[in-house]
Amino acid sequence: MSSNFLSWIVLIPLFSSILLGAMYLYSISVKKIADKYFTFFALLAPMASFFIGFLFFLGLLNGDSEYMYEPYTWLGVNGYIISMGFLGDKLSIFMVLFVTFIGSMIHIYASGYMKGDDGYGKFFSYFNLFMASMLLLVLANSPIIMFIGWEGVGLCSYLLIGFYFSEPLNVVAGNKAFLANRVGDLGFLVGIVYLFFYVGKLGFDYGALEDYVSIVPNHILVIIGVSLFIGAMGKSAQIPLYVWLPDAMAGPTPVSALIHAATMVTAGVYMVARFHFLYDLIPNVGVFIAYIGAFSSLFAAIIAMKQTDIKKILAYSTISQLGYMFVAVGLGAYSTGLFHVFTHAFFKALLFMGAGAVIIALHHEQNIFKMGGLRKKIPLIYSVMLVGTLAISGIPPFSGFFSKDEILLKAYNHNEYLIYGIGLFTAGLTAYYMFRLFFVTFEGKNYKERKMQHVSWSMKAPLVVLAIGAAFAGFIGYPKIFGGANLIDNWLEAWSGTPTHIEFSADIMLMSVSVLAGLIGISVAYFKFFKYDFNQDIKESGLVYNKFYIDEIIDFLIVRRIRDLSTFVAVVIDDGIIDKTVMSLSNGFINLGRRVGRMQSANTRAYAFFMLVGLSSFSIYLILKLGK
Amino acid sequence: MIEVSFMSYILLAIMLFSIGIVGVISRKNIFIIYMSLELMLNSINLILVALSRYFGSMDGQIIAMMVMAIAAAEAVVFLSLIVSLYRLKHSINIDDYNSLKQKGTL
Repeated sequence: MSSNFLSWIVLIPLFSSILLGAMYLYSISVKKIADKYFTFFALLAPMASFFIGFLFFLGLLNGDSEYMYEPYTWLGVNGYIISMGFLGDKLSIFMVLFVTFIGSMIHIYASGYMKGDDGYGKFFSYFNLFMASMLLLVLANSPIIMFIGWEGVGLCSYLLIGFYFSEPLNVVAGNKAFLANRVGDLGFLVGIVYLFFYVGKLGFDYGALEDYVSIVPNHILVIIGVSLFIGAMGKSAQIPLYVWLPDAMAGPTPVSALIHAATMVTAGVYMVARFHFLYDLIPNVGVFIAYIGAFSSLFAAIIAMKQTDIKKILAYSTISQLGYMFVAVGLGAYSTGLFHVFTHAFFKALLFMGAGAVIIALHHEQNIFKMGGLRKKIPLIYSVMLVGTLAISGIPPFSGFFSKDEILLKAYNHNEYLIYGIGLFTAGLTAYYMFRLFFVTFEGKNYKERKMQHVSWSMKAPLVVLAIGAAFAGFIGYPKIFGGANLIDNWLEAWSGTPTHIEFSADIMLMSVSVLAGLIGISVAYFKFFKYDFNQDIKESGLVYNKFYIDEIIDFLIVRRIRDLSTFVAVVIDDGIIDKTVMSLSNGFINLGRRVGRMQSANTRAYAFFMLVGLSSFSIYLILKLGK
Repeated sequence: MIEVSFMSYILLAIMLFSIGIVGVISRKNIFIIYMSLELMLNSINLILVALSRYFGSMDGQIIAMMVMAIAAAEAVVFLSLIVSLYRLKHSINIDDYNSLKQKGTL
């Protein structure tokens, strides 16, 4: 496998995006193009990328250590050289595989979900552009190239959240996502610039960075590590920059599934794993990351318990699961974190797409308390949602159990008992709020009967595929302790951190405890919501329902202060000082002109008089001068 | 018998010129203005002729003849212009011709 095919993984979706964009413009301005042509190119691109990625995967399996491809020098100034480079090592090919696979599934699903939409072509143009950006982010061989993809996914996220831009709320949500991401991006950029300042001259791809990172003074490393993590906070929606993710659910459901659950939000985790050589040198920052992750996961789970919008619940659960991933990468167990990224991509994409199918079936109803009793109506979606819900709740043998349990195990092994406790408690909460969603949606009594809309097979088929994935993906990380070979740990050996030894009995006990936490959550949800009476009123108030008023606090502390500053600049500085100066200058010219204009009186005799005066004074001057 | 010296011609010319200027500036009737202009031309002629005699050269007189010829030609143009101006506005008051005036405010 020639390594220059690496670039095609990125280029195919990019070209496809441009082509779809051109086709869409043609379609709206000249002559309508049928949706099937858009579908063809849109679905082809991620599948082709997956295929190429798979070939590279086979190459790595056959013993190649990594692929490098540097087609050209992007920037070369005075010895500082930035190459446009692609790096296909075990980590990035692993990411490519699941991003393109899940992406393909979601593309298929979206072709059913968006059917008949006016912006069908535009949607897939953005979708493919997103795939290209995400793959560039993953395959980049230097932080700067990664940053291109990093910004690209942010842009696509903005475009797709505000896809139905005629609705002002969607536009606000898009702006919020973009602005919150900018805060993070600034952190990321600061980190890169610091890094470049210290080691840029020695080469700036990951290989060189890994070799030379030790020459950076330790306190600077801490700054770099924290700055980069701020970038990850923005992209992966951790405290305090998580606020955009729930609002991002304004976009179409496939967008929520692809961008805000399965792929883009894991960019932060990937980035920390990519910079593992840096974070290995500053374990304190790692612990800080783990704590942020743990608190994010707890906080989001608490909020999710009281939400009523099906997509918002899933959004908060995404934040919560991302928290788990950061716990793992923060503690140096990068492969464990990536394992959870992998399983989470399956079950969260499944849950989102199942939720999307429910929403479509109910004619765009998102409030779970207006659903109920859907089990008999849409049995297929019921069963795949059950798989997804069990997976996220950490019930064996579904995939979420293996990855989540391993994270808790790592936390326990690192003697971070507080993190372990939070994680365990959150696992129980997760099971509770997910089954609350599940029971209220599909069970209950006294629900309103309603006419269902048909859900097409292009939406159901990917659900089934992902359900199989969500059920069995965990087995590739089957713990060694049960005699399995942990394929993920073997594959990502360089990222697996310090191996941990734990006794069999202790391991079994920890597993049982976490399964027990999940079961307790499920049973509480069962007793409260299995026979939920839809006649009763739902209380839509309280501290938790209002998300601890975080949005309001941010609005008060930051948004309004900035608005005040803008008002000050607009009213006092602009109107009061700048405008006044400029206007008085121009008014002065106008008055002067008016006065000069008065001389233009058309009084011929006056002109003659002026002429006389002028000529006389000139003559007198000449006489006086020449008379000397 | 009044002695006629060179300076008397010059003084007369200055007086005629001044009368002409005052006429141009103060009168409103276009004909009178025209006559004042002719008066000024002729005062200059007078100076030219006087200087010519004083220096014993014929140059000044030749120029004076040319000025008179040009003034005659100019009279034709001027009078026909006055006629067409009169046809335009039915007035020979110079103050009525003010189309190029600055009007209104900026």
